[in-house]
Amino acid sequence: MMNYGRAPAGTASAAPTAPAAVRARALTVVRGHRTVLDDLTFDVPHGRITGLLGPSGCGKSTLMRAVVGTQAKVGGTLDVLGRPAGHARLRPRIGYVTQAPSVYGDLTVRQNLDYFAAVLHPGRAARATRREQVRRAIEDVALTRHADALAGNLSGGQRSRVSLAVALLGTPELLVLDEPTVGLDPVLRRDLWQLFHRLAAERGATLLVSSHVMDEAERCDRLLLMREGRILAEDTPDALRTRTRTATVEKAFLHLVDEAAAAERAGTRTAAEERAATDAPARPEERPVRPSEEHPA
Amino acid sequence: MTTAAPPFSGARTLATAARVLRQLRHDPRTIALMLVVPCVMIALLRYVFDARPRTFDSVGASLLGVFPMITMFLVTSIATLRERTSGTLERLLAMPLGKADLLGGYALAFGALAIVQSALATALSVWLLDLDISGSPWLLLLVAVLDALLGTALGLLVSAFASSEFQAVQFMPAILMPQLLLCGLFTPRDTMQPALRTLSDILPMSYAVDSMTELQTHPALTTVFLRDITIVTACTLGILALSTTTLRRRTP
Repeated sequence: MMNYGRAPAGTASAAPTAPAAVRARALTVVRGHRTVLDDLTFDVPHGRITGLLGPSGCGKSTLMRAVVGTQAKVGGTLDVLGRPAGHARLRPRIGYVTQAPSVYGDLTVRQNLDYFAAVLHPGRAARATRREQVRRAIEDVALTRHADALAGNLSGGQRSRVSLAVALLGTPELLVLDEPTVGLDPVLRRDLWQLFHRLAAERGATLLVSSHVMDEAERCDRLLLMREGRILAEDTPDALRTRTRTATVEKAFLHLVDEAAAAERAGTRTAAEERAATDAPARPEERPVRPSEEHPA
Repeated sequence: MTTAAPPFSGARTLATAARVLRQLRHDPRTIALMLVVPCVMIALLRYVFDARPRTFDSVGASLLGVFPMITMFLVTSIATLRERTSGTLERLLAMPLGKADLLGGYALAFGALAIVQSALATALSVWLLDLDISGSPWLLLLVAVLDALLGTALGLLVSAFASSEFQAVQFMPAILMPQLLLCGLFTPRDTMQPALRTLSDILPMSYAVDSMTELQTHPALTTVFLRDITIVTACTLGILALSTTTLRRRTP
């Protein structure tokens, strides 16, 4: 179910063919006086599921908001589907689900979707398109039985699926999902991951999915492991396990965290001195690891 | 099929207005309060001034303009604040929706509600409570709707500065009470201390009340009346334009 057996081929084919769906170079985000994202460089390949994993508060949501174009003070280069992030023409092409379900509690599921569909496809002429898209979105998230219930009366998991359904309207090319499976039971989580894989395989969508639950990492085609506003590693789940000689992505993550911490302990003084000298500190461990530098699978 | 959003599109504005009204329909108590409370207040006022019907005529006419402004201010500021805190605003601004579509939709929905509210209160005052006005009751209704839209615009603006429902409600006395004191309802504006007089000249509610007074005292359309309602409308549009700048697609 989770191992689609295409991970090694995926990395090899995704890089050279199409330009990446999301391309970040020296991406930096400042919130208040804090640098939340510090000099990130990564690619999200087309038509695949890229998992964004890391502990709570490591900057996953900020990164997603930057990709969607709702985050202020974004520095560096961030291109999404060939345009700078936040470009007006990108808005109909991206589906975005925030961590907290953002739907109207005082409308029914169908009324919520009807409204957002009208924002995407306004006018009388698009009425049939809208009706079809709303029907499909409700079916995608398995809420057909609750279509006429008020969103506010649904359970937390159901409401977050309504929020997901809104993002599926209009068949977006890029889906940015912030912790879409948090608080769901195992069966629903499995169903949703099956849906994500269907969206990538059948509708050609690119998915960027965040999670702080490491076992979900195994279901992704590619991973971006984050910690404290930096990318710890960027690779396929298989390659990460092989490289760190661990059995699970969770262990791989811990291994990489320990490695980074050890490097930091060893280099605290020098790093501080280097920063004082306004010179870019060399942190090889924290540079994203390119698949080409890895063992050829 | 997927084109960039123009800053304003009629269909998206209408869809937004329909959505706002649909939300209200699931909350019948709010609708009842919005429609019934102004009527009860006007009726109360009629019997408070039982022995002085002339006073009821002048104060009642002014209040027919002030009530819709207060209700719409409250309802709009809370509704927009909920839109901000529930994350739906961020979602909408990440979608191809123009800011003017959103504000226009709110103005349209609450404007429609204001028409119903004002029609009820005006009809009750003129036919059952014997409110005596020289001008046309239709113009009374027009002014009431313009005042309601002014309240909607003010509510949209202040909701940007409120981060909780508590704050939003507190903006009512902060923004509307001074205007209520200075608008000429309690004492004619030209008898006020000169500094306050000048201040009342720049507050929009003064013109809302002035136009009601014109209607109450003059049977024909006066240029003063036309000037007053033009000022109220211009203020509404100006405040709406100012509110668009508070809707940010990118937030910290």
